[in-house]
Amino acid sequence: MDPVISLSIGGLVAVGVYMFLAHDLPRVLIGFVLFGSAVNLTIFASGRLGATLPPFVAPGADALAAGTSNPLPQALILTAIVIGFGLTVFALMLVVRANREFSSVDAADLNAAETPIDTAKSPIPPPAPLAKKAA
Amino acid sequence: MLLIVAPLLIPLCAAALTALLRTHIAAQRVVGVSASASLLAVGLMLVARTADGSILVTQMGDWAAPFGIALVVDAFSAIMLAIAGLMALSVSIYAMGPDAAARDRAGFQPLFHSLMLGVCGAFVAGDVFNLYVWFEVMLIASFGLLVLDRTRAQIDGGLRYVFLNLVGTTVFLMAVGLLYGQLGTLNFADLARLAPQAENQGLLAAIGVMFLVSFGAKAALFPLFNWLPAAYHTASMPVAAIFAGLLTKVGVYAILRLFALVYAHDVAFFGPIFAWVAAATMVFGVFGAAAHYDIRRILSFHIVSQIGYMIIGVALLTQAAIAAAILYIVHHIVVKANLFLVAGAIRRENGSFALGRCGGLWRAAPLLAIGFLIPALSLAGIPPLSGFWGKYAVVRAGIEAEAYWLAGIALFVGLLTLYSMIKIWNEAFWKPAPEGLARTAWTRGQRIATYLPIALLCATTMTIGLWTEPFAALAETAAASLLDRDAYIAAVLGNAGQVAEFAR
Repeated sequence: MDPVISLSIGGLVAVGVYMFLAHDLPRVLIGFVLFGSAVNLTIFASGRLGATLPPFVAPGADALAAGTSNPLPQALILTAIVIGFGLTVFALMLVVRANREFSSVDAADLNAAETPIDTAKSPIPPPAPLAKKAA
Repeated sequence: MLLIVAPLLIPLCAAALTALLRTHIAAQRVVGVSASASLLAVGLMLVARTADGSILVTQMGDWAAPFGIALVVDAFSAIMLAIAGLMALSVSIYAMGPDAAARDRAGFQPLFHSLMLGVCGAFVAGDVFNLYVWFEVMLIASFGLLVLDRTRAQIDGGLRYVFLNLVGTTVFLMAVGLLYGQLGTLNFADLARLAPQAENQGLLAAIGVMFLVSFGAKAALFPLFNWLPAAYHTASMPVAAIFAGLLTKVGVYAILRLFALVYAHDVAFFGPIFAWVAAATMVFGVFGAAAHYDIRRILSFHIVSQIGYMIIGVALLTQAAIAAAILYIVHHIVVKANLFLVAGAIRRENGSFALGRCGGLWRAAPLLAIGFLIPALSLAGIPPLSGFWGKYAVVRAGIEAEAYWLAGIALFVGLLTLYSMIKIWNEAFWKPAPEGLARTAWTRGQRIATYLPIALLCATTMTIGLWTEPFAALAETAAASLLDRDAYIAAVLGNAGQVAEFAR
C-alpha cells in the first residue's frame, strides 16, 4: 500500500507544480486542487497505513486495541478539505471576475495593478481633476 | 479561562453581529469600534497578567493537552494581542473617514472582524494545525478585503496575492502532515519536548525548511516578497493599513514561535539561513523602495525591508536578539500602519498617490505633516522615537553575538530608509503644490475620523520612544519566556507529559 500512496503523492505534486507554472489561470487553479489532494494524501499516510479496525475503545477496556486506525489524520484532512474548497471557490470567482474585466484569463494580460500611478478609475476618492502638466 | 478565549470571542461576535446588521451601517460601526476597543482592553489585561513571565493555558473542551486543542498566551502572545487590538481600534476609526459608506456597504465590517479573528487566533494557537486553520481564516478574510472595491487593479493585485498564498498555505499544510508523521503530535509543547530527541534530524530539518518557505511567503521574506508590493497598494487605505501593520507580522510571529520552540536545538543549521535571508530581505526591500515614486509602493517595499530586522532575532536566537525583534515588531506595526493612514490622508488632500502630483502639504495641512514626520523619522530610526530603540536593540544584539556584518547591513539599510522618507517629505510636503491641484474638501466628521487614529498612533510611537524602559523590559520578559522551553512545556502539558508518553 505504501509505495502506491507514495507514487500517487509524487505524481500529483509533479502534475500540480507543472500546472502552477502555466500562464492560464484556470490551469493554475486545477494545479492547486491537485497539489491539495497530494497534501491530503500525505497527511493520511503520515497517520500510518494498514490499520483497518475502527478506532473505538472496546467496552471494559481503557485504551485502543492494537491494529486500530488513527482517527486524527482523518479529522485533519476533513478540515483541510473544507478550507481548500473555500479557497478554491474564492479563487475561481476571482478568475471569473478577471475574465469579465480583462476579457482574458492569461496572467500576462492582467497588468492593471502595475500601472505606475493610480488612474482616475479608482472609486476612492472621486477622481479629482489632476494637474495637466504632470501628464 | 474566559480572558484567554476573549480575543477570539470578541471579533467572532463582532463579525457575526455586523453581518446580521447588514443594512444598518451606523449600527455596524458602533459594534465595530466597540469590539475593537474591547479587544485592545483584553489585550492589555493579558499583558498585565503575563508581564511576570507566567503562561496562561486553557484546554478547550477539557481534553488533556497533547490530544485536545490548547490555547496558550505567554508574554509574547499577549503583546501581539494588545498591539493587534490597538491596530483594530485605529483602523476601525479611520475606516469611518472618507468613502466609508461605499466600503461598509461592500461588507467591510464583517470581513475586517473575521480578519482580526484569524490574527488573534494565530496568536493564541497552541498547536501547529490550529495555527494553520487561523492562518486560513485570516487569509480568506484578507482576500475579501483586498478586492473590496472591485476595481481592475484590485482584481489583478488580488489574483497575485491569492495564488501565491494558496501555494504558501498548501506547503504549510504538507509540512504539518509530515511533522505529524515524524513526531506523532502537533501540540507546540509536545513538539518542543520531542523534537530534540527525534531520530531522523535530517528529515526534521527538511520539514523545518518547508515551514520556513510557507511562513516566509507570508512574512514577505527574500526571495518570496514579490507578491506584497504587487498587491498591497491596490487595497483601499484602511485595508492596506491593517494589512501592512499586522498580516506579515503574523508570519514573523509564527517563525519566531516555531523556530524558537521546536527548532531551537538546530540553530547551527537554521541560524545562517535566517541571517542571509534577513540581510537580503533588508537590502532588496529598501532598494525596491528607492526606485519608486508612488507613496503606497514605497511604503510597501519598506514593509519588506523592515521584516529583515525582525528575522535577525531568529537568526541569532539569543535572548537579547529575540527581545530586540519583539521590540522591533511592536514599534514597526504602530509606525507602518500609521504611515499608511497618513498616505490615505495625503491622497485625500492631493488627489493622488503619485509623488509627482503631490506637493505643498506642509503649508496646506501642517498637522498632517507632523503626523507624517513622527512615524517616518521613527521608521528611519531617528532618536528619540521608537524606531531608534528598536534599531539600537537589534544592532546591539547583532554586535553582542559577533554578527558584525549583519549589524552593519542593518545600519546601512536604516540610512536608505531615511532617504526614502525624505523623498516623500520633499515631494509631498515641502515642494510647492503643482499647478491646477484641486483639493477635496473634508467634512468635519471625516477629518476627525482620519486624524484621530493618526494622532493615537503618533502618541504611541512617542511613548515608546521617550519612555522605553517598560516596553524594553516587557520585550525582555517575552523573549526569556519564549526561549524557556521547559517552562512552556510544563505549563501546557503539566502532568499530561507522562500521559502522552504512556499512550504512545
